Amino acid sequence: MKVLMSILLSLLLAFQPEGLSASGEQPGSGHLRNFFAEASGVAVAEQTADTPDISAIIFGHVGDSYEWHITRIGSRDIAIFLPVIVRTHDGLWHCFSSRHLLHPAGEHAAALSDTGALQETPEYEGLHIASEGEPHAGKIVEQDGRRPLDISITKNVLSLIMSSLLLVVLVLLCARWYRRHDSLREAPKGLAALLEPLFVMVHDMAKDNIGEDWRRYSPFLLTAFLFILLNNFMGILPIFPGGANLTGNIACTLVLALFTFFTVNLTGTKHYYEEMLNPDVPGVLKPLMAVIEVFSALVKPISLTIRLFANMLAGHIQILCMVSIIFIMAKYGGVLLGGMSALTVLFGIFLDVLEMLISFIQAYIFTMLSSIYIGLARVKH
Amino acid sequence: MSLITPDGGLLFWMLIIFGIVFFVLAKWGFPIITSSVENRSSRIADSLRKADEVDAREAAISSEYGKMLSEAKAEQARILKEASRTRDEIIARAKQEAADETAKMIEHARVQIEAERVSAAADLRREVALLSVEVAEKVLRGRLASESEQKTLIDKLVDEAAKAPKADS
Repeated sequence: MKVLMSILLSLLLAFQPEGLSASGEQPGSGHLRNFFAEASGVAVAEQTADTPDISAIIFGHVGDSYEWHITRIGSRDIAIFLPVIVRTHDGLWHCFSSRHLLHPAGEHAAALSDTGALQETPEYEGLHIASEGEPHAGKIVEQDGRRPLDISITKNVLSLIMSSLLLVVLVLLCARWYRRHDSLREAPKGLAALLEPLFVMVHDMAKDNIGEDWRRYSPFLLTAFLFILLNNFMGILPIFPGGANLTGNIACTLVLALFTFFTVNLTGTKHYYEEMLNPDVPGVLKPLMAVIEVFSALVKPISLTIRLFANMLAGHIQILCMVSIIFIMAKYGGVLLGGMSALTVLFGIFLDVLEMLISFIQAYIFTMLSSIYIGLARVKH
Repeated sequence: MSLITPDGGLLFWMLIIFGIVFFVLAKWGFPIITSSVENRSSRIADSLRKADEVDAREAAISSEYGKMLSEAKAEQARILKEASRTRDEIIARAKQEAADETAKMIEHARVQIEAERVSAAADLRREVALLSVEVAEKVLRGRLASESEQKTLIDKLVDEAAKAPKADS
């Protein structure tokens, strides 16, 4: 299954640059260059005047921002401005709406799509958003270009708050059903019936991989699984309150992986540490094996982080690329635009459905691996 | 914005919010759900096992019942057979007794008839003797009308009487 999907994904990735470069000589290749340059952290400001800056759009969508841009009606941007909370280096806390730092409605989108990278952003209380090319591009910086301590409620944080509230409400409603009904005599109904298969799935995973004391870990596994699944699905939703790429953000997956890491290593048995630090190998190999074991324990959360983050990010970028083809095609006339649009819509549907599958699979894999790591740390002999 | 360097602000909020979500759900959400779901699944497993047991027991009971039924039928047949034999015996014995009684009565009747007959014969003989005595008287009277005849008779009688003691002794 995984192999099949990775083949599919690589095929799709291989297809996209072809489609783009075949359609237009300059914009396609320029876009691609931007695309990869951006991904590796180098800003490229090269841009032809009449093509939309696809990579800016895509990275604007998958990245974080200080406002939640919902849509544009005519020349009016519909956006939610979010609170900025920063502590500057002079020790002062600043808290204000991000409206002050962004372009007035209407101009912002133009700035993004046309010459966005070069346009200066407004300054407020000695703070402004760094433009492309500067270090910390897109983030709030002080006048001297240093980053303040920034715990602003960004788009991802708002999405995190909303989906967390939703998750808590869903699970507590579910729990209320079980509390009010005799689960021995009644089959679950409604929400409980919807979620119970997921609970049972995670329980089984925990039982298989952890063994007898699985009940201790099932709350964490259930929380992680439902959290990732819900946020993955929210990410696929194209409009507010979905569409924030939370699980495709490395900070989010890093925290999840750290929870797993500490759960594994703080509740590991004596035998687990003995195996790790004093492995059962001939004397000379002992230090080498110990180093490798410790290293592998440290790599596990990193692999968890990267796997979830990269999968979700890649999925988002693919779908956005598909949609962007329509805008790139706009200047090549009706026939090409129409044909490519139809193709793009078909591929877009396919990718959306695939993305739903991946959402589930990634949540499953994260939980499964977490339970396996926990199980490995619970060895008893 | 670089995609692969984690952003401090989001990291901070994620840590706090996920921590809170985890705490809330682990305290008020999942324990009851987990225990309910587990209870139900163990209950279902239990029920299935019990149903199997009941099935097995029922099968045993029904075979037992079948055995009892066939035994009862055999017993019934045996009892019926015995009853009919007893009846036959009783009838036979009754017949025998009736026959015996009849035979006895017939015998009794026969004896009585014999006695009657004997007494009747004795009566008849006595009557015949009296009659013959009377007849002999009349004959003798007729024959002893003359003297000579009386004399011959007396002689004859004396002869006879003389001969009779000799015959007795």
